Amino acid sequence: MTALLDVRNLTRSFGGIKAVDSVNFTLQQGEIRALIGPNGAGKTTFVSLICGRVPVEQGTILFNGKDITRLPAHKRVRAGIAYTFQITSIFANLTVRENVELAGMREGHDGSAALAVLKQVGLDHLAEQKAGDLAYGHQRLVEIAMGLGLHPRLLILDEPTQGLSEEEVAAFIALIREIARNTTVLLIEHNMHVVMELAQRITVMQQGRILAEGTPEEIRNDADVQRAYLGA
Amino acid sequence: MSGSDTTRTILLHGALLAGLAALDFVLPDYHHGVLARVMVLSVFAMGYNIAFGYTGLLSLGHAMFFAAGLYGAALPIYHLGWSVWPSLGAGLLAGLVLAVIVACLALRTLGVAFMIVTLMFSQVFYLTTLYFTTYTRGEEGLVLQQGMRTLALPGGHISLANADVRFWAAWTLFSLTLVITLFLVRSRFGRALVAIRENEERMRMLGYDVFASKLAAMAVSGTISAAAGAAYAVLFGYAGSGFASIQYSILPLLWVLLGGAATVLGPFVGTLIMFYLIDTASSYTTPHMLVVGVALILLILYFPKGIVGTIRAKWLRWLP
Repeated sequence: MTALLDVRNLTRSFGGIKAVDSVNFTLQQGEIRALIGPNGAGKTTFVSLICGRVPVEQGTILFNGKDITRLPAHKRVRAGIAYTFQITSIFANLTVRENVELAGMREGHDGSAALAVLKQVGLDHLAEQKAGDLAYGHQRLVEIAMGLGLHPRLLILDEPTQGLSEEEVAAFIALIREIARNTTVLLIEHNMHVVMELAQRITVMQQGRILAEGTPEEIRNDADVQRAYLGA
Repeated sequence: MSGSDTTRTILLHGALLAGLAALDFVLPDYHHGVLARVMVLSVFAMGYNIAFGYTGLLSLGHAMFFAAGLYGAALPIYHLGWSVWPSLGAGLLAGLVLAVIVACLALRTLGVAFMIVTLMFSQVFYLTTLYFTTYTRGEEGLVLQQGMRTLALPGGHISLANADVRFWAAWTLFSLTLVITLFLVRSRFGRALVAIRENEERMRMLGYDVFASKLAAMAVSGTISAAAGAAYAVLFGYAGSGFASIQYSILPLLWVLLGGAATVLGPFVGTLIMFYLIDTASSYTTPHMLVVGVALILLILYFPKGIVGTIRAKWLRWLP
């Protein structure tokens, strides 16, 4: 297997605090990876560095073998990295279909491509509703559909199940499994049930560094992780 | 937008243009002249609306683009003896080049800073027109004589000083700009601009080059504003520094707010009403701008979306 994402020695500080500190990280093609850690561990900053929302201070990022460290965010998206926002960031005044169309419009996809994506996430029956009128759980799905509308090679999901009901979480797990058939997924998640169900490997961050990395089984049994994060 | 909406849009805008054309035959002289002027000035407002209404770029410096068109056309006619067509081209080009340069610098800022930076550039432009008074004659301005304003057409030469010709020239420019704006705002590019206005960061993370889109919007906006300025110079035969002053940066903002930002017809409606409001107020009272101020306060309080914007929100959702 070749690495889709290869991050070397990545560093970013805000003021005097190193939010991300010399992180090395690889992601294999086709993997579902969960990124966990306590609040303030640097997870969101780390994925923001990968997708270009925050400029890199030190280190390199290789995506699909190419150095993207200095590429602006929109070019990284075009290269195949999609990011879905932690706080739902959809166009409330547009319909659900129009929201997803915006994702594909740049590459000349028409409305039928958007409908196919909506069908995949199970929102096709709400396509003509105003996105702002939807229930919260459905808005989260619109957010994911916009990411999928970009047909990415790597889909980064920032706390996607936050605020979802139990049934919605179960549907979400099934959806991600479906998506992962042809997309690599990097997931920031607090819900341990989701993490254990989905992730093939888990990376644990603490204070800007990687504390541990391994299979769900290994992480569960890691003494450092238990001390730092699981609180056991 | 569905097919029936497209039909309704074409019918409505076609009817407006036909109605304006018909007014040429019925309006008394004074209002005939006012309408020609309003049509040219609402081209300026439509240009401003591309930046402010659709893209969310609140510029306080659009007077410089209008004046770039005005002087770009008037100076070569007055000093170099150019004919009307190439001078109009020079006016458009001046606006385009200035808009691209200013936008490249000003778009590095956002919000209030963008307002200030565009205002500063515009003031520099205004002061430059005063500095070169030898050529521009400053506030007094250049008057283009009738002989300088003949337009070469396939059928022969016509004088733009003639009231009817002026009306039809203004109508043609207005129609052209209306159609371009309609086409633009319904295109992918226009939809992307509106989405950038609503959520810039989201659009960036959908792979859009936000800076390039805004730059293109400013270029189109500046060029349309310059077209209005160039047309003003050749139709009304006057180019003065006053058109580069802050007042002419504020006016298009007011016209667009009154008519409805991000609506295709709003700029025309706003310009027309504001023109008559000032006209009527100044015949009753000297501090006529006070009346305008009160009208604007009432507007913001009760119709924050402007006239056409309110009509769209309440009744005609399909209005572009």
